[in-house]
Order: sequence, then C-alpha cells, then structure tokens
Amino acid sequence: MIRFVVRRTLLGAVVMWLITLLVFGMFFIAPNNVAETLAGKQATPETVALISHRLGLDRPLLEQYGDFLWNALHGNLGYDYYHGQSVTSMLAAAAPVSISLALGAAVIWTLLGVTNGVVSAVRPGSAVDRGLTFFALFFYSMPSFLLGLLLLTVFYYRFTLAGLDWFPAAGYAPLSAGVGEWARHLVLPWIALAMLSAAIYTRLTRGAMLDALGEDYIRTARSKGITERRVVLRHGLRSALTPVVTQLGIDLGTVVGGLVVTETVFGLPGLGKTSVDAINNQDLPVIIGVVLVTSAAVVIASIVVDIAYAVLDPRVRLN
Amino acid sequence: MSPEATETAAAGEIKGRSPWALSWHRLRRDRVAMLSLTVIAAILLMAVFAPVVAAVTGHPPNTQYHSAGLTPDGLPRGPNSTFWLGTDDLGRDLLVRIAYGARVSLLVGVAATALAVLVGVVVGLAAGFFGGVIDTILARFVDVVLSFPFLLFAISLVSITGPSLGISILVIGLFSWASVARIVRGQVLSVREREFVEAARSLGASSWRIMVIDILPNVLAPVIVYTSLLIPVVIVTQATLSFLGLGIPPPTADWGGMIATAQNYYTTAWWYILFPGLALLVTTLAFNLFGDGVRDAFDPRARPTLSMRPGRPS
Repeated sequence: MIRFVVRRTLLGAVVMWLITLLVFGMFFIAPNNVAETLAGKQATPETVALISHRLGLDRPLLEQYGDFLWNALHGNLGYDYYHGQSVTSMLAAAAPVSISLALGAAVIWTLLGVTNGVVSAVRPGSAVDRGLTFFALFFYSMPSFLLGLLLLTVFYYRFTLAGLDWFPAAGYAPLSAGVGEWARHLVLPWIALAMLSAAIYTRLTRGAMLDALGEDYIRTARSKGITERRVVLRHGLRSALTPVVTQLGIDLGTVVGGLVVTETVFGLPGLGKTSVDAINNQDLPVIIGVVLVTSAAVVIASIVVDIAYAVLDPRVRLN
Repeated sequence: MSPEATETAAAGEIKGRSPWALSWHRLRRDRVAMLSLTVIAAILLMAVFAPVVAAVTGHPPNTQYHSAGLTPDGLPRGPNSTFWLGTDDLGRDLLVRIAYGARVSLLVGVAATALAVLVGVVVGLAAGFFGGVIDTILARFVDVVLSFPFLLFAISLVSITGPSLGISILVIGLFSWASVARIVRGQVLSVREREFVEAARSLGASSWRIMVIDILPNVLAPVIVYTSLLIPVVIVTQATLSFLGLGIPPPTADWGGMIATAQNYYTTAWWYILFPGLALLVTTLAFNLFGDGVRDAFDPRARPTLSMRPGRPS
C-alpha cells in the first residue's frame, strides 16, 4: 500500500513537472511583446530593453525556467508584470471564492444527481424515469454560460423588477459577512455550475443502481422481508455509490474550466476570473500561476481518488 | 451443433447481415434518434443555405441597419415583419446571423472532432499494439493531457496566437483526442490477443497490415459512439471560447460571440440572447439525443449511462 502511494505520488510529480515545461514553453516560445506593451506606444528601444531587463525577460530561457521552478517549489510564483504584486498572494486571495463556488456546486450536483438517479432506477422505463432522462440530457446539452445568463435574466432581472431583491447580479461576499449573505451571492453561480454535473451524476447513479438492484444479494434482502425502502437505500445505493465517489474526485479537479465560465458570467473574483483577466493583459506570471495551481488540484485529486479506490475496493490491484 | 452450423443450415432463407447493417437497422427504428437526425439535417441545411436566408430577407449578415434596425435610442429592435427575429446591437438581422453562425458551429464541431478522433485512434492503436516503452510513454502523455485544465490552456494559447477559425479547430481538436486514445488503447489491448490476430501474424502479415486490416475494424464501434457524443461537446466548447472572446473574430457571426454581446442587453432585448441561445441549445440537444441512439444501436450491451461520455466541455 505504501509503495503504491509513493509510486502514485512520484508519478503525479512527474506530471506536474511536464506541465511546468509545457506552460513555460508555450509562453516563451510564442512571440512575446509584453515589454513593448508595458512601455507604451512612444517608448524608445532603450525603455523597452530596460523594462525587459527589469522583468528578467532578457536572461537565457533555461535560467528563467530554473529560477521559476526553484521559486515555485518554495511557494513563490513570481510577481505580476503590472503592479509587482506577488502571484502567490493574488491566488491565495482568489482561492476562497473558487473553493466556495466549487464545493457548494459539488454538494448540489451530488445530492441532485444521486437522488434523481435512485428515483430513476427504482422504476426503469416509467414516466418519471423518462422525464428524468430528458432532464439529464437537457442540462447535459446546456452550455453553462447560457444557463448562467438565463438564471440572471429570470432570478436577478425579473425578480428585481417584481420587487423581489433576492439575488445580486454579480459579486462575492466572504463568509465573514455572514453565511446568509455569502450564500445569497453564490446560489445562482452554484446552480449554473452544478447542473451539467447533476445531469451526468443522474445517469451515472441510475446505471450503477440498476446493476446493483439486479444482484443476488438484493433478492436475498427482499426475501428476508426487509422493506423496499431499506433494500434500495441500504443495500442497493451503498454499492452503487462507488463509481459516484470516483467521479466526484475527478470532477472536483476538473471543475476548473467550469469556474472560468461561471466566475466570468457572475463577476466573481475567483481563480477563473483572475486567469481570464491575466490572459487579456498577457500577464504571464499570473497565467502560469493559475495554470499550475489548478493543474496541481487535478493531479492531487486524481491521486486521492486512486488511493481511496484502492482502500475502498479490495479487488483493485495495486500495480 | 455449434450456432454457426445452425446458421449455415438455415442460410437458404435467411439473409446474413453484417453487424454494421444490424446496427444501422436498429438506429433506423429509434424514433428519437431519427427525429434528432432530422433536426440536425435542418440545422445543416440552414448553414448551407445561409446565403439564401440572407437573400430572402434581403439582409446580408454584416450589414448594419442604423435606422430600420435600431430604435431611436440606438437599441436593438424586437422581432417584426422586416426583421423576423429582431436585430442585434448594431442593427443587423438576427435571423441571418444565426443562420451564418450555424456554419461556424457545425464546421468546428465536425472538423475538431475529426481531428481529435484521428489523433486519438493513431495514438491509441500505436500504444495498444506495440506495448512496452511506446505504450508507457504514450499512456503517460495521455494522462498529462487529461489532467490539464483544458479551458485555461485553450484560452491562454488563443490569447497568444490571436483568435481564428483554424486556431479554434486546432486547439479543441488537440485537447479532445486523449479520451479517444484511451478508449482505443483499451480495446486494442483486448483484441490483439485474439486468435485471428495470431492467425494473421502466422500468415506473415506485417504489423501495419494487422493494425489496419485486422484490429482497426474491431475497435471502431466504440469510436463511432464516442465520436457522435463528442460533436456536441466540441460545439459547446467552441461556443464557450467565443463567449470568452476567443472564438471567431468579428464581424463573422457565431453563436457564442452573439450570446456574449447579448448579455449586455438582456434587460432591454430578450430576443437577442434568446434566439442564439435556443439555436445553440437545440443543436447540442439534437446531437446528444442522436448520440444516445447511436450508442444504443452500435453497442446494445452498454448500459445507458453518461459515464463514457466526453468529460465536461469546459
């Protein structure tokens, strides 16, 4: 087991290293005119050279990469080109927003998806099942930015017109402002981010439940006279949850893309918005920082999932 | 008597049908799939005949009608007899622009998917067939690509190169192949140990021939299923890139870009966001319903879950 954990972690480190190479290479091989942009339109070549020198952009590429890697390993992701702010502290400020958004959405999509999936699987082929299947496909097909804008149109604009000032159009309220205020700002973004995954989890749970309910031990449980409710929830759902847990671990890592869109639509100052702003400004240290941190989240989540899987399911072979 | 022998005995009356013909037959009988195919065909016709739509309405896609198409305050006009679906913020005909936008969505949807499937099949075949070091390197590479926050990478890349149609296809295609490669590799691993591959080898067939003639046809069914499910994901991804301002540069009409501008007018011009949004939603829904039918037809044993679907589009 320990060997497995060590191997898996080392592999994750290799993946992370490859990602630093890829990101760094991408930005420095591509034509990069950040010094000219910063210097302004009428700058002399000397000014441009000076700025380039101050940002360290005139040093050999390998040296820049070495420094960057060394600093990153010490928790320093560099300084942004425009205000000299520490990227690490920028990301630390943005992270709580993204984490609030991602975790809240995860709770919604898991509860909604698992409930729908179980209800669907108890009576396969019924009107309820077909209704939920269409529900799942509908939200699976719905681009999250479109859903976000629809939510804003109805629940912000129409409600406010009707005198119901329940949801704000944009912005974030930290937990320190009170749980109610925090949730009020996040409800619509949570729903916008959660529905796609809720659709996937509905179908995933339905399939796993149908498999589980066909097993012999379910028949045994029924023949013992246990209530149907108990059979479904205790015996069926328990084994059906394994694939759901796996998926959850993967999704918490890859939810990053959804964050970019949702934070843009709802004006939330999280990692996604930070990265979009940085990309528009060609602020390389910030972009690289966000990509690294979010990739690390994906890599760590996948390691945790693999280990959890090995612990939960004794049939998984550790090599 | 073996089942094959029974079949031969009865072959007088019964026409043998290939698995492909059987799958096609199953798909034809799926009413939801056929209905969604009709919708897809209609969208395709709209895209192909977009110039006809422009001719019928008399409004070219990029012409701005400052007096007829905008209110005195300079706001978009709602649906009326001249502009059937209303106008956008620059006084352009929304209906014509939606028709032209279908071209971008379908073109990127099909081209990027084709690129992803091509790369994925080649990598998956090579990794599964050759095994050893090649497999290890390729499989790790697939892991890296899959663990990359795609959307972030895509927008960073497009911000460097500048947005264009070609870049959209390239970026989406080159980041969607990894799942295809993983599926193909898994299939190849199980097929390559089968007797007919051994037979081909013992007859002196080259690796190349075995891969293309013997193995490839046997791994195609899941690839076809995955392809049909990948197209709507690619369409959503393209629209998302456009929405973030990294799709197709203006004035070319595309749905994501239209929705992005429309979000500034959702309080004053509901049609501006509704119709492009509806076009996008109907298209992805039709492709998803059709993809479901394809999966049921080509892989009837697979249970109907979304589990093998392409990952979240963003």
